[in-house]
Amino acid sequence: MSAQQHAAPTPVGGKLLTPVTLTAATLIVVALAIILVRFVFGLGAVTNLNDGYPWGLWVVGDVVIGSAFACGGFSVAMLVYIFNRGEYHPLVRPALLASLFGYTLAGVGVIFDLGRWWNFWHILTPGYASANSVMFEVALCISLYIVVMWIEFSPTFMEKWGMHEKRKKLNKVMFFFIALGTVLPMMHQSSLGSLLVVMGTQVHPLWQSMALPLIYLLSAITIGYAVILFESCMAAAGFRRQMETHILTPLSKVMLGMLAVFLVVRVGDLVVRGALPRAFEGSLQALMFWLEMACFIAPLALLGKETSRRNPARLFVGAVLLMLGGVLLRINSYLVGYETGDGWHYFPSVPEMLVTFGMFAIEVFGYIVITRRFPVLAAEDAAAH
Amino acid sequence: MTSRRNFLKGTLAGGAAAAAVSVSVSGPACARDNNPQPEGALGLLYDATLCVGCKACVAACKEVNGNPAEFSTPEQLWDTPLDTTAKTFNVIKMFRSGTMETKDDPDNGYAFMKTSCLHCNDPSCVSACPVSAMTKDPVTGIVGYDADACIGCRYCVAACPFGIPKYDYSSATGKIGKCELCRHRLPEGKYAACAEVCPTGATLYGKVSDLKAEAERRLSLKPGTKTVFQRGQLGGKDQSYENVVGHYVQHVYGEKEVGGTQVIKLSAVPFEKVGHKPLPERSASSKSETLQHTLYGGLVMPLAVLGVMTYFAKRNVKPDDDEL
Repeated sequence: MSAQQHAAPTPVGGKLLTPVTLTAATLIVVALAIILVRFVFGLGAVTNLNDGYPWGLWVVGDVVIGSAFACGGFSVAMLVYIFNRGEYHPLVRPALLASLFGYTLAGVGVIFDLGRWWNFWHILTPGYASANSVMFEVALCISLYIVVMWIEFSPTFMEKWGMHEKRKKLNKVMFFFIALGTVLPMMHQSSLGSLLVVMGTQVHPLWQSMALPLIYLLSAITIGYAVILFESCMAAAGFRRQMETHILTPLSKVMLGMLAVFLVVRVGDLVVRGALPRAFEGSLQALMFWLEMACFIAPLALLGKETSRRNPARLFVGAVLLMLGGVLLRINSYLVGYETGDGWHYFPSVPEMLVTFGMFAIEVFGYIVITRRFPVLAAEDAAAH
Repeated sequence: MTSRRNFLKGTLAGGAAAAAVSVSVSGPACARDNNPQPEGALGLLYDATLCVGCKACVAACKEVNGNPAEFSTPEQLWDTPLDTTAKTFNVIKMFRSGTMETKDDPDNGYAFMKTSCLHCNDPSCVSACPVSAMTKDPVTGIVGYDADACIGCRYCVAACPFGIPKYDYSSATGKIGKCELCRHRLPEGKYAACAEVCPTGATLYGKVSDLKAEAERRLSLKPGTKTVFQRGQLGGKDQSYENVVGHYVQHVYGEKEVGGTQVIKLSAVPFEKVGHKPLPERSASSKSETLQHTLYGGLVMPLAVLGVMTYFAKRNVKPDDDEL
């Protein structure tokens, strides 16, 4: 660990009932009601899913995008523990908390989408499980990672509840869980891209590639840093705390480095496969491709200068654009660039969207409650140096 | 400054590892070819030039699979599905052009085309299925579905290049539905109902090797001359009759597409016009599985990465560290 001394995490305190938490709670209740209808009457009762687009917002939004947004914990843990950058340590707990929620909800969200959900345990059961299926690998790694993350986060609860002996014991082996917590997300974040390979020519050449695992992995790590910037800005504004610019400015430089690597791989792959001319057609796919690329390239211009990276507003906008780029990459490859035949259309229904909003509301609600009551965020006075 | 240099070094190492991964993915080390067709593969030969569009096969398919009628007209008098669904495993679609004067003429003509599972040699649905609910029989090659194993993830629906597996979104306990080549009738000594009832032999059942030879024979004949056509089961009870040789496109659809299929088709109208897009010869499942097994074969790569990560984490995380 670095020699730098950081302020210990402490609960933020304050009221739990606020307009934000009440709004989140309302959205959660609405989502639960819709999910109930889905379980009683089937997927068709609340979603616009069809056989041309069997995967919609719940898979692409809640799982593929939701878990990419939850890569903050993994991205910052790599930085702190693998690359030994202790100065980013105060970011570990809040990032891990957000990841924990994102992944747990992605895991739960899959259940609503499964047409025969009562059989879900088959996917982890020898005799049923098929190692040839990319989805098997995704399911296995996400399940394991959720467990690993709860173990990584458990010291927060142990501190609060005074379980010091248990904490010491866990700390002795924590390094292994941290290592596991970097490998598992690498595996499934790349596989979320590999899932598309078996769909063959149904996926547009701008997105169908054997390099999808690498493209998805690099974008997930980049988004991980963007999400940390985003959350730090939101937490600072929401809890009226000082912005941690002394950490966020160098972090944004790391993020831009990853982004550059991502862009080289993404564009290089298009050139090598000869797919680039497809980006100059007059099609929805080409338009969406440029929108996606714009979101990835804009942060380079926006945050290119050191002085720009000290500007909280620029950091925030850059992070949001990168997250949007990640969203578009995933929506484009799974939905916009997916075509199984003529005559099929899909746009999420209002209930489908409300369930997704409800899922994000659970994350916001949980994040606020836990940071106010448990030691997650670094203590304020020491953080403001 | 040192830490930044370390970080940059790490990034470079990471980049090199990533490059190694992408190289090995494209390399032949773990590459799997298209799966071959089983020797005793069973299938269908559909000859669009013989089809009269009576849809006896659609009705028979419904009956033997216990599927209900599906309506597309306001009167709802009889079964009128427009496409395959979770409860319609076989439909005859119609191609129309201009005045629709002549059968099997691409211009100002009309033609029929059967839509049902092609029973791929190397099916995407089987490769995609995470719980072995979609399986390919090692002997007959029939692609079957087991609802009791299925979790309803619909990855098979998304993966199939022909849009065949369909899910029932209207039910809380919806299943996938698709043609299973009447495998439930095989033990009774019966064969695919669509072929059994076909009055012209447009849908013919048999061993794929025999069906292929028959398709080649038809393609080699002079259009407009007469020849003998089998009906029902090739090599079964003789129900042959004489008919005119069609103006075939010189292409057996399903011979090479996505690594070959066990249902093969002949047509006088170009296949692209009757809903059969050109497809690559390499199966998507062979690509997907090559990728998966290169990355995860024997868990070698994940364990190696885990080893490296554990080494660095052990070095950088102190057990007596007060905070995580």
